[in-house]
Amino acid sequence: MAPGDGMDTFPKLLMHHAQARGDRPAIREKDLGIWQTWTWREFADEVRALAGALAAEGLKRGEHVAIVGDNRPRIYAAMSAAQCLGAIPVPLYQDAVATEMAFPIQNAEIAHAIVEDQEQVDKLLEILPKCPSLRRIYYDDPRGMRHYAQPQLVSYDKLMEAGRAALARDPAFADAEIAKGRGSDPAAMFFTSGTTGVPKGVVHTHASLIGPSRTAAELERLGEDDVILAYLPPAWIGQNIFSCAQAFVTGYCICCPESPETVMTDMREVGPTYYFAPPRVLEALLTQVSIRMDDASWLKRWLYRRFMSVAGRVGGALLDGARVSLLDRLLYALGDLLIYGPLRNVLGMSRVRVGYTAGEAIGPDLFKFYRSIGINMKQLYGSTETAVFVCIQPNGQVRPDTVGPAVPGVELKFSPQRELLIRSPGLFTEYYKNPQATAEAKDADGFFCTGDAGFFAADGHVKIIDRVKDVGALSEGTLFAPKYLENKLKFFPYIKEAVCFGHARDKVCAFINIDPEAIGNWAEKRNMPYSGYTDLASRDEVYDLVRECIERVNADLSREAEIANSQIHRFLILHKELDADDEELTRTRKVRRGFVGEKYGALVEALYAGRQAVHVEAKVRYEDGRTGTFAGDLKIRDAKTFAPVAARIDQRMAA
Amino acid sequence: MSSRQVGGVMLAVENVSLTFGGVKALQEVSFDVRENEVRAIIGPNGAGKSSMLNVINGVYHPQQGKIRFQGREFRDMDSHQTAEMGVARTFQNIALFKGMTVLDNLMTGRNLKMRCNFLQQALWIGPAKREELEHRRAVEEVIDFLEIQHIRKTPVGKLPYGLQKRVELGRALAAEPKLLLLDEPMAGMNLEEKQDMCRFVLEVNDHYGTTIVLIEHDMGVVMDISDRVVVLDYGRKIADGSPEEVRGNQTVIDAYLGVAH
Repeated sequence: MAPGDGMDTFPKLLMHHAQARGDRPAIREKDLGIWQTWTWREFADEVRALAGALAAEGLKRGEHVAIVGDNRPRIYAAMSAAQCLGAIPVPLYQDAVATEMAFPIQNAEIAHAIVEDQEQVDKLLEILPKCPSLRRIYYDDPRGMRHYAQPQLVSYDKLMEAGRAALARDPAFADAEIAKGRGSDPAAMFFTSGTTGVPKGVVHTHASLIGPSRTAAELERLGEDDVILAYLPPAWIGQNIFSCAQAFVTGYCICCPESPETVMTDMREVGPTYYFAPPRVLEALLTQVSIRMDDASWLKRWLYRRFMSVAGRVGGALLDGARVSLLDRLLYALGDLLIYGPLRNVLGMSRVRVGYTAGEAIGPDLFKFYRSIGINMKQLYGSTETAVFVCIQPNGQVRPDTVGPAVPGVELKFSPQRELLIRSPGLFTEYYKNPQATAEAKDADGFFCTGDAGFFAADGHVKIIDRVKDVGALSEGTLFAPKYLENKLKFFPYIKEAVCFGHARDKVCAFINIDPEAIGNWAEKRNMPYSGYTDLASRDEVYDLVRECIERVNADLSREAEIANSQIHRFLILHKELDADDEELTRTRKVRRGFVGEKYGALVEALYAGRQAVHVEAKVRYEDGRTGTFAGDLKIRDAKTFAPVAARIDQRMAA
Repeated sequence: MSSRQVGGVMLAVENVSLTFGGVKALQEVSFDVRENEVRAIIGPNGAGKSSMLNVINGVYHPQQGKIRFQGREFRDMDSHQTAEMGVARTFQNIALFKGMTVLDNLMTGRNLKMRCNFLQQALWIGPAKREELEHRRAVEEVIDFLEIQHIRKTPVGKLPYGLQKRVELGRALAAEPKLLLLDEPMAGMNLEEKQDMCRFVLEVNDHYGTTIVLIEHDMGVVMDISDRVVVLDYGRKIADGSPEEVRGNQTVIDAYLGVAH
């Protein structure tokens, strides 16, 4: 199947699969405890019917459609149906609060919204007065909706009923509409999470999504036998690429988890062969493994430690096909039988052939852990604007600190400020209704300015260190890459989030967010009663624990000549968890360092002023929406730093 | 809030008295429960609330009085018979099989609806298999309804208290009851768990049309979710009416706060 043979849009690809592999599974969902399968033919039939119904409701070519909900087959079908009509799906984050949804709906003058359930309906109804364009809300799950009488609401079942009737009247309608589509038409719009400023709608055409999806699929030899679990928010372009675009290109099967809480179980049952996880998910999984190992019997703990050190030594090399001694091979095989195999099974990764991680820099130790137990985890680099695939690590050339060479068809270069610039077939068309931002992001030659700083490593692989705007320097000139330090800290299960400061300062200081689950478990074992996060965060014992973690990072840093001076001198544990609802994190859970630095400016100053404690009075927003205040003293502690190793050698030589 | 219709009298308790030796647990208590309503029984400690529930579902046999349930009159109730007539309940201190999974616990709620005999079930032949599939489906719907998919296969003993309460409600629901008796469903829960439980109770009432009698200590909860409230004190009924009426009733205030003598 080549790009030139007329299958230039997603609906055309869908109809092709319905013919070529009509009885193969297209999408699965666990419903009432049983995996239900839709074949490509069934899926295409559903989409055809829905397209008729949506057209009858007044959805027109070129209009935008909001999609709000988790990964559900019926939402995917509705999204596909909209594309058949030439309408453009705009997936929104399902956990966004109502006010956050108003902007995209106003911006794209959205009239039709396809949502999952009552929760999303409530949010849209709340912002309805601010969004007069919104005329129709289609909902999938009827639960709790019995008493809603708003004229905008239409249930999916009603829509489907109308669709079947429309299909019976005019069976050729959907196919005629599909034939009108062109690869150069807009296929979807993704709002960027907006680490800074208002969100921007990134417009992608069918061609710019299909092109990179196909290239990457060919690179990894993905085919109809592959299986993926769709568990990340559909509003994120990666989710769309992995569990829509690439499935439509190759014909593999998409599995939708039963609920967000069952993802681990569903992973084990489905056994995906193709897997994507952002570093934070891999981190959470490893934290769980560590906690459970801590609770295991001494024999199991001993085996785990013993064999994980074997895996750490040779596991990655085996996966890369490098030379490993016979003894180590035997030891690894035994470890595979006793530890790695069962561990992969528990993680649901026994069948994973290709695993990717991306989204932010990953801690090298975290990355090595997965590779060492035999999971082919690789890094890739990309962004919403580039349709994900810019760099992929080829099999056998995986490094923890680079993101691999450019994917075929992608041109890369670095600006004098070390900023990575990209020109590729997957480049976005524009920021919707925002020519100024588009002009800023794309230069005259059509290169996209990523805002990421990096360089080519010796082997031609791209190395990303941080955002251009975040990379700074200590006052004495040492390179300061905060994300790099934070990732090192976050590898410890006890540390959930860290924010480092140091640009134009004489030393590096840090805010720490402890991991309430891991520390809670730790506290329980010591019979330490506690009332919650804030209580734990203020304990001296916890401070000592965190200090030990920081000192180990410092010892590590002292061995890296260029950044040895960016060791962390002082730290405090924040009284609350950083939260996306308080705008401290983005919806993809990245720390908004600038915002945090400003909001807690007084704390930063106290760190640098050498004080031992700082008084805070802060508004805390609880999960249920109520707000309260927290008042108290936050302790500040010093961490030991180490003389740079290179320097120590110099001294010895001088002596 | 909802468009459901409260119907005719489903259950009437008339002049019921219950004594344990010299202790008068209930004295001439009468009240009724209408179809589709949420009826609360409140009162200070030792007022006789749990005894009242136990009389309704046949655990205790009152010395005096009678009970009318769906048009039939009983001198006292028999617990097996009440279950067959469509009464299910939860307990103040959770009564689940701790070593069994959530799924298996809920399956026990289907016990009365199983028609196949022991031998058929043991051999897993024709009708037994079909029947189990049917029951499993019903249980899965309850699991879906209560949003406990993620703990389906977890032994109940490993679950936190709030979830165990939810599982217990699930087991009662699995019996597809007409009348659901809840004995302090929210006791010992934190705010979030209470809100969840309130939502489930209201949804059960709304979605399945189940009549609900609940005992509850949290006044906020009682006032929010119940249609009518009975107040007991020292085994006697001291008030009966809408939440607003009961809240304003001086006898009730005295019973809760005490009176100066």
